[in-house]
Parts: sequence; C-alpha cells; structure tokens
Amino acid sequence: MTLKAVGGYVKSLFLLELLKGMSVTGRRFFSPKITVQYPEEKTPMSPRFRGLHAQRRYPNGEERCIACKLCEAVCPALAITIESAQRADGSRRTTRYDIDLFKCIYCGFCEEACPVDAIVETPVFEYHFENRGENIMTKDKLLAIGDKYEADIAAAKAADAPYR
Amino acid sequence: MFDPVMAFYADLPLVVQILTKIMIIVMPLMLGVAYLTFAERKIIGYMQVRIGPNRVGPRGWLQPIADAVKLMFKEIILPSSANRFLFVVAPVLSIMPALAAWAVIPFGDGMILSNLDAGLLYVLALTSVGVYGVIIAGWASNSKYAFLGALRSAAQIVAYEIAMGFALVGVLMAAGSLNLEKIVQAQEGGFLHWYWLPLFPLFLIYFISGVAETNRAPFDVAEGESEIVAGFHVEYSGMTFAVFFLAEYANMILIAALTSIMFMGGWYSPFPGIPVIGEPSVFWLLAKISFFLLLFLWFRATFPRYRYDQIMRLGWKVFIPLTIVWLVVEGVFVYVKLGPWFA
Repeated sequence: MTLKAVGGYVKSLFLLELLKGMSVTGRRFFSPKITVQYPEEKTPMSPRFRGLHAQRRYPNGEERCIACKLCEAVCPALAITIESAQRADGSRRTTRYDIDLFKCIYCGFCEEACPVDAIVETPVFEYHFENRGENIMTKDKLLAIGDKYEADIAAAKAADAPYR
Repeated sequence: MFDPVMAFYADLPLVVQILTKIMIIVMPLMLGVAYLTFAERKIIGYMQVRIGPNRVGPRGWLQPIADAVKLMFKEIILPSSANRFLFVVAPVLSIMPALAAWAVIPFGDGMILSNLDAGLLYVLALTSVGVYGVIIAGWASNSKYAFLGALRSAAQIVAYEIAMGFALVGVLMAAGSLNLEKIVQAQEGGFLHWYWLPLFPLFLIYFISGVAETNRAPFDVAEGESEIVAGFHVEYSGMTFAVFFLAEYANMILIAALTSIMFMGGWYSPFPGIPVIGEPSVFWLLAKISFFLLLFLWFRATFPRYRYDQIMRLGWKVFIPLTIVWLVVEGVFVYVKLGPWFA
C-alpha cells in the first residue's frame, strides 16, 4: 500500500471532503439572497419585450392601421385575421382585426412587418382570461390597449430607436 | 404556584395521568414536526441563496399550518388494484413506532414517561419496526415505483441497523446500562465528559446510520425523485401521505434526540459550574436536538444522493467493520479505566 492510498483512507475516514462541501453551503447560508419578490419587486425589462398586443393611433386620434394585411401574411402561427372595407372618407380601413392569443407565439413579426407602426407588442405580460373566447383580441380591444399604454409603448420605441 | 395543579393531577386516575403525559410529549412533537418542515424549507432555501416560503403569515410562519390544512382537505385516493386494508394500515404502522419510541426518552432528571431498564433495546426494536410500514406501503400500493422504493428502503434500513446496533453496543459498554436515564447520568459533567469523545467513530456512524435509517438525503434512494418518482409513498395522497410525512420527520427528531442522549450528554450543560447556563435542564437537550436536526437539513442541502451500490458498500463494508474494530478498542479503554468516561 502506497503512502498516497493511506492518505486517501485517512481523508475519507475523517470525512474531510464532506466537511468542505458543508462549509460551502454553510457560507452560502449567510450570503445575500438573490430572490426577486415578484409582485412587489420586478426584474428590469428590455424595451424590445414582446407582450400583449396593441393597436396605436396617430396623435390626432386617427387609427394607424391601413389594412395592408402584411402582418396577416407574415404571421407564422396564422393568428391574425383581417377584413377590410372602404371608409366614408375613401380611405381603406379594417372592419375586423382579430388576434388569437392562443395561436400567437409572440414572435413580433407583425410588429416588424407593419409599415405604419400600427400593431405593436407592449411590455404588458400580466394578463389572463376568465372566459372562453376572451383569447380573441378584437380591433376594439387592441385599440383600447393601445390608448391605455401609449406612453409605455412610445417610451419603449424611443429607447429602442437608436439600435434599429 | 403549581401546587394546586399538581395536587389535582395526583388525584386523577393513573390512566388519565399517563394520557396527560403522552399528550405533553406528542403535542409539542407534532408542532416540532410541523415547524421542522418549515425550518427545512427555509434553511435549505438560505443555503441555496433563496429565501424560502415567506408568504403565509408574517415571514411565512403560518406555512406549515396552511400545508396541514391543505393535506387534510385533500382526497385519499385508493388505487383500484391496491390491497385496501394494508394500504390504509401502512401509514399507521410507520408512525406508531416513531411516536412510541418517545416513551423512553428522558427529557431531564426523572422527566421520562416510562423508565424502562431495557430502554435501549426498546428503542432499537421500535426503530426497526418502522421498516414494516414502508414495506407494506410499497407492496399494498401494487405499483412498480412503490415496490422498488420499498425494496430499496427495506434493504437500506436493514443494512444500517446493524451498524447502528453495534454503535449502541458501544454506548452500552461505556455506560454499563440499557436504561437511557442511566446512560445520560453516566455522562454527567462537561463537554469532554460525554461519550462522543471516546466513542467518536461510533458517534459518527450512529448519526450517519440514523440519517440512512430515516431515508433522508444523501441516503434517500428510497424516494429518489429522478428515477422512482417518490418511492414507497407514490400512491398515497391527503392524510395518508401526511402520516408518512409525519413519521419521517418524527423519526428524524427521534434520531436527533437519541444521538444527543447517548453521545452528547442528554440534558447536561456543556459548561458545568457556571451559574444558570451550567445547570442541567431540558433546554440543553432541546438545543442539542435542534443542532442535530440542523445537521440533517444541512446534509440535504449539501450532498448529492448516493448511488445504491455505494450505500450498500458504505453500510456493509465500511461501517460494520469500523464499529467492530472500535468495540475492541473500547474494550481496552474499559479495561484500563481510561479518563473520566470509564472510571
């Protein structure tokens, strides 16, 4: 038996390795905790975050969407359904603009495709449905969300603008 | 102040007196189990740089109550192919020895429910009976995971019981008595008078075997989540599961208590002679129990699970030979009446 083997026996007999491991966990016991207390504390969020969808308006209150259907074409999950018609003033507008949030994969392609920055994804991620059918975001709902979070959307767009 | 109460108590029939004593032991034990689960989640959380449960009640202190209430209201599912009678009896068989062993635990001088002369044997017997609950649960569930878990746990408990028994023989040789109260009294004195020092290898082996006996990490192959889901209690839900849980934690507290009594001087203070803190008291015993429980949790936060063959190797080829060797060494100690321990 070599000296090394004897050393190994002594080492394992006195549980030195185990004590080393316990000292690591023992020290961690006193180290500052990294838990984020979610509803009260939140982690920082990127301006590119892709959450709940919204439709934006121009500052004069006119809706941006011109029913070009590029978002419908680009959508890989086929979550967007658009129907359009001519409005009384002669411009082309959507009569129906539905996003099925169960189909949506939140890839953000619709936002990229939009030539007038009408459809966007907001930083809102805390939402839920209580009834069947509420997963379909209609045009009215999307515009309402856009009105509600316009400040957040504009701020996120401005923060991201230098990088695109 | 307590005289009228004591006079009233002395007039009660013996059965009522004994039942009162049982309640005085079991109620704090159940509360201890509840808060041991909380302590486990908190301490392991802290060691993993998390903060653990802190939502129910102030700083999470009502979490075990919420858990208990939830388990009570859950349905007890009887698998259709299970043996109904054994399925229900198994959790009872598992908690009964865990509670019954407390009858001979001395909490202080004379503070003991039943001062058995063969207390050590009684404890050894009851900790062995616990394995039947596990085996019967695994068999009655009629599920492959439960069955495998029960087999593993049975083999493990049997293997480590032998090392545990030899470690207790060491204590028996040192104290010259099987009576747990006399074992503690034989260790009277300070920190260095306790049996952990002359019986150090036996002390380590006893505690580690205790961890293995209670199927706690790193010896928790019986419930190895990654391979056999939860082991012998996969099919149990609601209160039947809660009873297994209670039994496991009551066993942990029992092992911690036995280790403190047999190797760490029971209710004696480590600093005799100093007023107040030098007095022997039940609080010293509780402090020692808490320390060993902390070790249980600390092990779980630190060590990865043993492989099954490693567990068997450690039990049969390391612990049992070591205990036998140390019994011979201890025989020499006793013969030469070494130090304060064998005088």
